[in-house]
Amino acid sequence: MAKSKDKNIIDRIWDFLASVKLAIIVFSLIALTSIIGTILEQQASPEKNIQVISKLFGESLAPTLYRIFDALGFMDMYHSWWFVTLLMLFAANLLVCSIDRFPSIWKLVKEPIKPLKEEHFKAIPIKREITLKGKTEKVKETVGSVLRSEGFKYSEASDPGGHQFYWEKGRYSRLGVYITHFSILVILVGALIGIFFGFKGFLNLPEGESFGVAFTKTGELTPAEISERRIIFNALEISGGDVSMAARKLGVEESHLTARMKKLGMMPLGFSIRCDDFDVSFYGRSDMPKEYSSLLTVIDNGKEVLKKRIEVNDPLRYKGITFYQSSYGIMPDSSSFLFIFRTTSKTGVSETLRVRQGEKFLIPGTNIEATVTDWSPALSFDKDGRAFTYSEMMNNPGAQLEINENGKTYKKWILERYPVTWRLQNGHIVELVDIWGAQYTGLQVRRDPGVWIVYLGCATMSVGLFIAFFMSHRRLWVRVTTEKGNTKVMVAASANKNREAFERKIDKMVALLKEGGK
Amino acid sequence: MDSSVFFGISTVAYILAMITYITYIAFKKHGVGVAATTITITGFVCQTLAILLRWKEFYDISQMGILRSVPITNLYESLIFFVWCLILGYLVVEFKYKNRSFGAFVTPVAGLALAFIDISGMSKEIQPLVPALQSNWLLVHVIMSFISYATFALSFSTAMMYLIVTTERKTEASYIFWSVMLGIFVIVLGALGLDFLKFKVAGMKPEALIKSYLFKATFFSDSSIVSILSYIAAFVLLFVIWRYGYILKRIIETFNISASTLDEITYKSIAIGFPIFTLGGLIFGAIWADQAWGVYWSWDPKETWSLITWFVYAFYLHARLLRGWRGHKISVVAVLGFVAVIFTYLGVNLLLSGLHAYGGLE
Ligand code: HEM
Repeated sequence: MAKSKDKNIIDRIWDFLASVKLAIIVFSLIALTSIIGTILEQQASPEKNIQVISKLFGESLAPTLYRIFDALGFMDMYHSWWFVTLLMLFAANLLVCSIDRFPSIWKLVKEPIKPLKEEHFKAIPIKREITLKGKTEKVKETVGSVLRSEGFKYSEASDPGGHQFYWEKGRYSRLGVYITHFSILVILVGALIGIFFGFKGFLNLPEGESFGVAFTKTGELTPAEISERRIIFNALEISGGDVSMAARKLGVEESHLTARMKKLGMMPLGFSIRCDDFDVSFYGRSDMPKEYSSLLTVIDNGKEVLKKRIEVNDPLRYKGITFYQSSYGIMPDSSSFLFIFRTTSKTGVSETLRVRQGEKFLIPGTNIEATVTDWSPALSFDKDGRAFTYSEMMNNPGAQLEINENGKTYKKWILERYPVTWRLQNGHIVELVDIWGAQYTGLQVRRDPGVWIVYLGCATMSVGLFIAFFMSHRRLWVRVTTEKGNTKVMVAASANKNREAFERKIDKMVALLKEGGK
Repeated sequence: MDSSVFFGISTVAYILAMITYITYIAFKKHGVGVAATTITITGFVCQTLAILLRWKEFYDISQMGILRSVPITNLYESLIFFVWCLILGYLVVEFKYKNRSFGAFVTPVAGLALAFIDISGMSKEIQPLVPALQSNWLLVHVIMSFISYATFALSFSTAMMYLIVTTERKTEASYIFWSVMLGIFVIVLGALGLDFLKFKVAGMKPEALIKSYLFKATFFSDSSIVSILSYIAAFVLLFVIWRYGYILKRIIETFNISASTLDEITYKSIAIGFPIFTLGGLIFGAIWADQAWGVYWSWDPKETWSLITWFVYAFYLHARLLRGWRGHKISVVAVLGFVAVIFTYLGVNLLLSGLHAYGGLE
């Protein structure tokens, strides 16, 4: 007794999860609730959303509403328990529904078409019946040739009552829907793998430096934690990114170090990565950026193993970790910058020089002495010819030189992008090539072992959708029987897609039969 | 000649075509119908030329190869491309179903979209691509999205027509639904027009128009009298459309299109649009985001609205095929699907950007 009751409950749950009604309800719930997350900014500061809420519902209600919405998880709703539950319900629905229906579809797909019993002709969606004069044998021949001319490669069967032609195409297209549904599950599995076994982090890598970790947290660290992070970071740098070596250096257990790093939002890469150069190119003379790029070198076990210049749509991959160009910025301390000049004297002697700010240097081939006294990431001149910095980005870097020529001293700005500023008073040329070490490249760092599963799911889903919508399973039966001296031809046909088109084709064929039968 | 001349001609042609198609519906003169088709084709040819010319102009400026210079990278260009797809789709339907009557519904959409470009004052400059947009995935993503939007637009108009011709009583839920829907469209367009007039006359900078002035001439006016009057006017308009909606029904009935043909076109355009949208809109969009930012899905409002759209159309397909929804119920879903499309395309940039910090019309 008790057992069958149990079974009933399980059956009922199964039926509930297999029902298309549930699918329709879940579709609308996901669609409707998702809207909330597009209106309230997700994972944003409370002030921002209180502002949004007061724009929509008025100032007075905003704080209360914010508290209610926050309790409901609206401020990070795509990760809230109820939204995740909805997604899981969706996946369960899809899975159970597919399992539930699969056997009958598989039977249909596995079993080739068979001759149709005469009494079943009535139950087929498209049916025609004509009576032709003449011998059954002759009509059979006509039917055969018309079918062939219409492109139906039929099979034949005879039974005591009559003769039958039958044909089908696209039986396997019935699987398209299942491929589609199954792919959605594959995509979800891939996404879960990414969430559980991958990480997302960032790395602000100064030109010339190499890091062995990526960071997964920005704010929310106490000053003590920040200094701890600094110590671990340095230990890792000395050990070339090797965590166990760093643990030995710090005198702690490796497991302890790993746990601390996790807490501090540090993700060891297992190798280190160095930025050799960061560069922005612009459209012509404008400040419209054309491309950001970083020359990166991967150092594994002390050896340089990979070098690549990455761009915004062209990341670097090594050992399952991908580095994307995502932002850039300027280092606060200019004492370590290298100013790179190319000088050409009047006599044509050309040389490249690397100097630091404040360092005296001699322009080759001359007795002119120069010192870098100031610099700017983006220099422009106002109406009165005074220099000013118009942007915090390296849009048009410039270096100010103090030049000492035969006891005469003057200052001069040299701009990387304006050749007119390169010429000194007596005709020598000093070109600013780059201010190296001034910028850091902002890299997005990700490991996602599930991404290929997601892509695989996307690919099979596309195939599945194409089959589901653009291919159909078409069947045709033509039965020829003798009836009162005449010959009766019964036609039955079905198509699971675009029936009208198939019906037109059948009607054309029937018309040809009538003609041929005259 | 540069592209803007041809864009101008095509805008005028579509507006003329709209008038001619409406005249054709009113008088059913064959000659008028032929004229309407001719004008539409002329507009279409000019628009095609304009797009090609702009492509060339863009190519000359960007120096980044033919494929990276396809002019569909900002709101202005994408609207133009949308209109182009819509007219192409319409012409195909006109020739296939040998019926001109839809023209009176499709050409106004085209004309309005082009007029909206002027009203909103969005930037028409050719802008070189910022680094994140320099991706071939982006190209197929945008093109396929727009093809699917155009098929969804078609399904929207046939679903609306279906609702209009098959509702009998003004108190019927479906009647109220379509009249309110139509009313909202008219009101929003009217309010945009007033915004445009007010701020064009006041000489505001066009780029700032939509972002900070949306509905400022009407509902969100600083003067509470104007804003109250706007709400009253909107309700009156809704009422008028609801009260005299049967006139529209009479007009559509003269088209000689059966309700079941309308329903079939609705289904077929969704059945074509859905796989294209899935592949181009969702999958290629995700691949592009993955290449550019290292995340294939980040629940940002644009992505989320695409997903909402996708679920609404999945709803449509399953309700229709498996639950046997027909008639009013399923047409309402088709209409709502296109509302989600509009929101995905324009609402996220225009309306949500007013709430959030991120940009819209640059
Ligand atoms: C958003 C996710 C989904 C997508 C994109 C999707 C897609 C499709 C497509 C394209 C079809 C074929 C429609 C046609 O032939 O015109 C279909 C059919 C179907 N779907 Fe889904 N589906 C989804 C979710 C679900 C769920 C959750 C269920 C669970 C009940 C479900 C159950 C079915 C069934 C039973 C069929 C008919 C299969 C048959 O013809 O044998 N679908 N689906």
